[in-house]
Amino acid sequence: MRFGLSIGLMSLAGAAALAFAAVASPAEDFKAAYAKAEAASQQAASLKTQWTTTVATLHAAQDAAKASKYDDAVSLAHQAEALAQASIAQAREQASAWKDGVIR
Amino acid sequence: MASTIRVRAVAGADTTEVQSLIQHPMDSGFVKDAAGKLIPPHHIEVVRFEHGGKTVFTALWGPAVAKDPYLKFSFKGAKKGDELKVSWLDNEGASDSLVAKIQ
Amino acid sequence: MLRKVLIIGAIVLGGAQVACADDAVDPKAEFKAFRDYFVGRFPKVPFDDFVNGPYSMDEGLRKQWKDIEEFPPYEFAVDKGKEMFAKPFANGKTYADCFPNQGIGIRQNFPYFDAKSGQVITLELALNQCREANGEKPLDYVKDDMAALTAYMAFTSRGKRFDIKIPDDPRALAAYRKGEEYFYTRRGQLNFSCASCHVQSAGNHIRTEVLAPALGIMAAMPIYRSEWGAMGTTSRRFTTCNSQVRAVPLPPQDELYRDVEYFLTYMGNGLPVSGPGARP
Repeated sequence: MRFGLSIGLMSLAGAAALAFAAVASPAEDFKAAYAKAEAASQQAASLKTQWTTTVATLHAAQDAAKASKYDDAVSLAHQAEALAQASIAQAREQASAWKDGVIR
Repeated sequence: MASTIRVRAVAGADTTEVQSLIQHPMDSGFVKDAAGKLIPPHHIEVVRFEHGGKTVFTALWGPAVAKDPYLKFSFKGAKKGDELKVSWLDNEGASDSLVAKIQ
Repeated sequence: MLRKVLIIGAIVLGGAQVACADDAVDPKAEFKAFRDYFVGRFPKVPFDDFVNGPYSMDEGLRKQWKDIEEFPPYEFAVDKGKEMFAKPFANGKTYADCFPNQGIGIRQNFPYFDAKSGQVITLELALNQCREANGEKPLDYVKDDMAALTAYMAFTSRGKRFDIKIPDDPRALAAYRKGEEYFYTRRGQLNFSCASCHVQSAGNHIRTEVLAPALGIMAAMPIYRSEWGAMGTTSRRFTTCNSQVRAVPLPPQDELYRDVEYFLTYMGNGLPVSGPGARP
């Protein structure tokens, strides 16, 4: 990335910085990813359909971030979010699907 | 205080069948507690069964035997009404014994 | 992305199901259907034998169990429970004062729906309520002391038949219904419901274990599990079942767990108390 001195170039650089989020610090990337994952996890928890693997993966993401392994941490955070979303989808489907299994 | 040893010995035509259940933690020394610390080994090392003054069965146990061990064996030469003595000694020096009548 | 992480339990739905949009709850009809399903599916099992769980399903396991029952591993827990039961609280009262018939031979009456508090009362909950009413601290639901107490109380009630009532009270029906919903709802990353194992796969193996049929599955509680090397309460079994399918468990004796116990025990009506039990 080249930062020019003129305002035009600076605003262009600013826009570029916004557009190319990968240039933002890895720690910030992680924070954003983790926040999303945590929100999904909490929603699953409120529905009482939290998976143990969601919780474990979230912890693992935190641990990786603490060890400054940000690539791993972001990947784990994404995985945790996916697990949480899957558990929410499971709860939503099961809310009516459970009746199909009742012995009649 | 109840004994840690439960034993039932039944005399048959030829052999006497003995079953015993001993209450003991039998900690192997390889297991960690919730805090991550090793639980020290605490297990029975010797179990002895005696009849008519003779030892009819000896068990040498160690960390591989699980908690509250159950033991079953048969031996010859006893009859109903005889006495059977069971005793054990563990790695901490604790022991217990019980005398039971053969049924 | 979801497909990558959602592991769907490959258990085919068996049995006769009619997907009615039916909201009227008829426990009596469901009880009959439940019992008929298992009796029909396992015609060689004598009715009372269902309380022996996996041993009614597998001959080899049964022989090993008969051997073990000559010197049951739960004997120590029953003795400990007897001592605990007899020991008075600091205020001089005993457990016997909290229960009908001095607490002897009453296991088959639990759980029951308590109209006053509007909730299901299980034996474990009743024991802790008794303790707290007499100034004692409650026992941990998943630890040995509670298991010893319930083992003793089950032991004194052996052979007595369950006759759980669902009173004509919408709250009781709701509790039954919630317990039923929990039982049949798939959960955890492994996407199993209680029914996945104990209805559809009853009698089959999961790894090295033989799965017990849901009919009468509460009758042997509490159980000494060789896996635990200890006596374990109903609470312990429910929470570990949850974590085994990778679902975060509810707190022990959560209202929903008590509803499940209510539903399941009702489904085993007519069967005898066989607890305390010994299981692999």
